[in-house]
Amino acid sequence: MARYVLRRLVWSLVTFWIIVTAVFFLLRLAPGGPFDGERRLPAEVEANLLAAYHLDEPLPTQYARYLGMLFQGDLGPSFKQKDFSVNDLVASGAPVSLLVGGLALLLAAGIGIGIGAVAGLSPGSSWDRTLMGVTNLGLALPAIVVAPVALLVVSVWLGWLPTGGIGSPAHYILPALTLAAPFTAAIARLTRGSVAETMTEPHVRTARAKGLPRRRILRRHVLPLALLPVVSFLAPAAASLLTGSVVIEQVFDLPGIGRYFVQGALNRDYTLVMGVVIVYAALILVFNLLVDLAYARLDPRIRISL
Amino acid sequence: MGRALYRALLDTGLARLCSGLLAGIIALALFGPLFSPWEPNEIDWNALQAPPSASHWFGTDLVGRDLLVRTAMGAQVSLSVAGVATLVSMLIGVPWGAAAGYLGGRADNLMMRIVDVLYAIPFVLVVILLVVVFGRNPYLLFVGLGAVFWLDLARIVRGQTLRVRHEAYVDAARAMGATTAGILARHVIPNVAGPALVYGTLTIPGVILAESFISFLGLGVQEPNTSWGVLIADGAQTMESAPWALVFPAALLAVTVWSINMLGDRLRDQFDPRGPSSEHRRGPHLAGYNSRLSETGSSL
Repeated sequence: MARYVLRRLVWSLVTFWIIVTAVFFLLRLAPGGPFDGERRLPAEVEANLLAAYHLDEPLPTQYARYLGMLFQGDLGPSFKQKDFSVNDLVASGAPVSLLVGGLALLLAAGIGIGIGAVAGLSPGSSWDRTLMGVTNLGLALPAIVVAPVALLVVSVWLGWLPTGGIGSPAHYILPALTLAAPFTAAIARLTRGSVAETMTEPHVRTARAKGLPRRRILRRHVLPLALLPVVSFLAPAAASLLTGSVVIEQVFDLPGIGRYFVQGALNRDYTLVMGVVIVYAALILVFNLLVDLAYARLDPRIRISL
Repeated sequence: MGRALYRALLDTGLARLCSGLLAGIIALALFGPLFSPWEPNEIDWNALQAPPSASHWFGTDLVGRDLLVRTAMGAQVSLSVAGVATLVSMLIGVPWGAAAGYLGGRADNLMMRIVDVLYAIPFVLVVILLVVVFGRNPYLLFVGLGAVFWLDLARIVRGQTLRVRHEAYVDAARAMGATTAGILARHVIPNVAGPALVYGTLTIPGVILAESFISFLGLGVQEPNTSWGVLIADGAQTMESAPWALVFPAALLAVTVWSINMLGDRLRDQFDPRGPSSEHRRGPHLAGYNSRLSETGSSL
């Protein structure tokens, strides 16, 4: 087990380094600099700006400098928002994004597994068909449609919840729900297939033949096995939730990191874009690692084979 | 092949409904702009933000442009983005997966490790990075999306290749002195093309959703061009005063994605009954959750 953890950890760090390097050179190779505005800057001013941000140094030096800063947890200054460092911006946005994303993940897992288990226990029943029809629709309706409509109906017409911004817990309900919707559908479908398949396994038949109560069979013999694919789905789901919240933040006017990301992309604020990518990548890798470890705990075959 | 195709696309009422809806939407994209009395950028000064009527079936937008013809133009853009990106993803994913599966050993390990690393990066990040680097060029958007969506295909094709690589005809070709590239091109890829095509179909809805997502953020297709994402973003802006501007493009997008999902599942069941069920496939913009499944599956 320790070897497995170590291998995964090293692998995550290598992946992280590859991502940082790729993003760094990709952005430096981009045509047009961060200071190309509507008005051409005088040559001296531009030279001074480039020198101030060390952009006049050769690329390898810049790369080494960036890695060194990153090692100390410094993401550098924002090229466009002069008074802020990327750390400031990320620190101000991350709590909001993480709160919305975390709530959405909990909602999606809870509701999705519930729906999937109900449908998977009686495949082909009218319950199953209704629930799966609904989830199919959930997969086809992207957040860019669901979020504005939910905002219009629930907040504007009915006036039940605030229309945007942050402040009270009520501000987070609608963003989390709309962000969770497609993932709830995906988790429900995953759970359904997996539960239905597990129900036909010999060990479940044996448990039934022994006369165990239905509840106990479900809890001890079906769910632990059936939830394996769901657990492995959680890592990429968390990644998509983070990026999916970019739209949600836009629609509900939430001051999260997703907004800085889009702003940075539109303004060619390289350090900001890079900082956000690095933060996202780090979060995702950590989550992947946690899920891998949880998976290894749940499935003894993985523990033994590695 | 023809029979199976028929069964997948037209056998039941639901399949016929999906095929019909898709055919209708494709026809709208192809012929809508030709037969419409309005040009996509023509302004009707008598009908600014007008609700659906006899002359504007889908209503008009804030500046009086006919939304039916704009939705048709948007369909053209969204569907061609999806088609081109899917093609790009197949051009990368199929040879990659076939080569990895056929070569085996170290090469396989390295190539699949690269796929694993790329799986760890959510596609939105990659696409936004591409937008930052290359500017808002729709053609690069196609290529960028394709370059992100090939990972699943590479995995599936690799799995299929492992199945055929010890078949007698492959051994025979090798014994006759065929080169590795020749064996891949002439014997391996044609035999894994069926599943690859089916999974290719299943990447289309993902690409459509991805394009709309990016255009919604203002990073994709730009005015005066349009796509479903742009129309939905505009519609969302004015949905209080003009809900029709949101409803029609959103409905077409949802119907398209839903129909392709349904038909894709049926196609997969017909051509690849032993393949992972729909539940083991990644949904729209739910990048790569079957990565671990196939990993553990193959090691057992």
